Amino acid sequence: MAHHNFDRFAAGPLWHNGPTPGGIYNFPGRQVEDSGRFQERSKQPITTGTSVIAFKYDNGVEKGVAIAADMLGSYGSLARFRDCRRLCKVNNQIIVGAGGDYADFQYVQSMIEQKTIDDECLDDGFSMKPRAIYTWLTNILYNRRSKMDPFWNNFIVAGMQDGEPYLGSIDKLGTAYEDNIIGTGLGMQLGVPLIREAIERKPLMSKAEAQQLLVHTMEVLFYRDARSFPKYQLGFITPDGVTISDPLYLDNQKWGFALYKK
Amino acid sequence: MSTIGAGYDLSASQFSPDGRVFQVEYAQKAVENSGTVIGLRGKDCIVLAVEKLVTSKLYEAGSNRRIFNVDRHIGMAVSGLISDARQIVETARAECANYRSQYGTNIPLKYLNDRVSMFMHAYTLYSAVRPFGCSVILAAYEADGPQMYMIDPSGVSYGYLGCAVGKAKQSAKTEIEKLNLKDMTSDQLVKEAAKIIYQVHDELKDKEFELELSWVGKNTKGVHERVSDAVYQEAERSAKLAMEDDSDSETEDM
Amino acid sequence: MAVVEPFAGSRPMEANRFSPYSDNGGTVVAIAGEDFSVIGSDTRLTVGYAINTREQSKLFRLSDKTVLGSCGCWCDVLTLTRVLTARLQMYNHEHQKVMSTPAVAQLLSTMLYYKRFFPYYVSNILAGLDAEGKGAVYHYDPVGHYERNHYYAGGASSALLQPFLDNQVGLKNMTNATKEPITRERAVAIIKDAFISAAEREIHTGDAVMISIIDKNGIKEERFSLRKD
Repeated sequence: MAHHNFDRFAAGPLWHNGPTPGGIYNFPGRQVEDSGRFQERSKQPITTGTSVIAFKYDNGVEKGVAIAADMLGSYGSLARFRDCRRLCKVNNQIIVGAGGDYADFQYVQSMIEQKTIDDECLDDGFSMKPRAIYTWLTNILYNRRSKMDPFWNNFIVAGMQDGEPYLGSIDKLGTAYEDNIIGTGLGMQLGVPLIREAIERKPLMSKAEAQQLLVHTMEVLFYRDARSFPKYQLGFITPDGVTISDPLYLDNQKWGFALYKK
Repeated sequence: MSTIGAGYDLSASQFSPDGRVFQVEYAQKAVENSGTVIGLRGKDCIVLAVEKLVTSKLYEAGSNRRIFNVDRHIGMAVSGLISDARQIVETARAECANYRSQYGTNIPLKYLNDRVSMFMHAYTLYSAVRPFGCSVILAAYEADGPQMYMIDPSGVSYGYLGCAVGKAKQSAKTEIEKLNLKDMTSDQLVKEAAKIIYQVHDELKDKEFELELSWVGKNTKGVHERVSDAVYQEAERSAKLAMEDDSDSETEDM
Repeated sequence: MAVVEPFAGSRPMEANRFSPYSDNGGTVVAIAGEDFSVIGSDTRLTVGYAINTREQSKLFRLSDKTVLGSCGCWCDVLTLTRVLTARLQMYNHEHQKVMSTPAVAQLLSTMLYYKRFFPYYVSNILAGLDAEGKGAVYHYDPVGHYERNHYYAGGASSALLQPFLDNQVGLKNMTNATKEPITRERAVAIIKDAFISAAEREIHTGDAVMISIIDKNGIKEERFSLRKD
């Protein structure tokens, strides 16, 4: 290992600054922690995204998964970044949506991207199915939490698996489950009941109806989630492939319920 | 080659008295025994073509491919020992992944070429290893146009307008030199490439072969991919047609 | 409870202190009969006061004669069962036979103890048939202590249900009770009653109960709805 002798006024010993046999190597000028203590990392998220919501729809003719997330990157309570895309296309049958730490999400995104490239390079005509990504993410997140260095994210995997809609969710511990309606964060508390009720009223939904419901849910979330934003994206996975919308805005907001509204 | 090696050919880490590294030369021989591989660099596209010799009818069609995707935008065609080549493909893929994780962009072909060349060269320096018995052609279409490099077992590489390696590299090169590569479109390149492979194939010594064709260029939006079935069949058809024309004119001459 | 909870989310304002564990609720109950075993779990998956999903069974079929019920920290459950399934697969290939229930029981204990100093935060109940074809139920603590018994309750409602089973299955504290082997109809009925009662009093249990009945002919599954509030 090449290194400099910083103590240039004294004649160094013949074997200097190198690794002591059996010891821990210290870089010159810097004390490396050599105690066996647990180093605590990733104790908090920094720039964060709020909820993601998604649900399956199927009316016999049209089927797929609808997913939405707003585009705010919060810095604590500061609404700091206003163009954070939190839905990402993995391949032609999968969208991954993420909440929580945005840097962690981008890192995981680059891992997924490389996985997709490896997949394409094989050129065997196969591509990953949503359940594969879901299981893989579960393992990645569980491994990191076991190192006490978690990826501080909630992921929602939405896609088409063998012609059927697929939806799964993973949190920062690696807690994973599949369901027909999934929301993270406040989306779980506020969004999911709304969607569940709407689907109970009308179990067979078209894509247009699903979109309407999704927009409505985003609107309600915006009214009550202080970390949300009226600019958002919608994603759809259908048997024909994946679409993620350009940024949309919640217009037609109805603030009539607010008492002191001017 | 009367005194082959004379004891200096047992290790890649030793020169012979006249300044040669025999192990590297033997590796190059291994490449010369392999099917012909060519790369043509045209106006805004590169086409890679491989004459993959099929030594048994029992092999499944399409197996043991010799053209690989190394990254979305980079193709690699290999000649020589296929198993050696696969290790180079793996290394190249790792380089691409590494570069992307560091810089978030596609690896420039020039840089990848340097890295892969260094890797192959490293295997010509030590007694504990043997050089790779293969040559590889790297191709990509980048912002400043099509790029192509070929690396041989010694780790030497050059950028090329057209290159050939393998059994019939001499006659393939002669054919390539006749082309006006700089003005050729992707479709022309594919047809010429297929034609050359068919032309240089030695029917007497090697009976069966499979043609492999891939391209990367403006037409593929910078993505390296095998040519579509339609393009492939058309190229193969016109190559066979050209062969028939050739044999016709030969008989007329007589 | 005045106990310090090791789980994130159990206190309302858990400010960013990372805990690798979470309590995802869920209850498992198993009863062994003469030549059968019954095991049931609810299907509610929670974190804090929120319900993640109402359709998550906590039963894992390990072979035609062994079923594992596992709940607690769900990410640990997933990992533990995934590794366990892989170990059983390897055993199958190596020995060309299905692992017996007592062997699975020992393997599970070893796997839990292997993580003694960073445990899987999981309540396990293993149900199946032993080598003689008799019903067997094993119960574990998170670090691998285990024992075999005729009945057990584990998970969020274990403290509610264990005394109930002691009375109804073990016939404890009953005068004039005649000890007869339990029938499978009665076992299934007790499990349903147990879950109905648990869902009344314990919020981390509910939605539905999945029941697996294991006998020499294989495993039968049954679903029974519970209250969803």
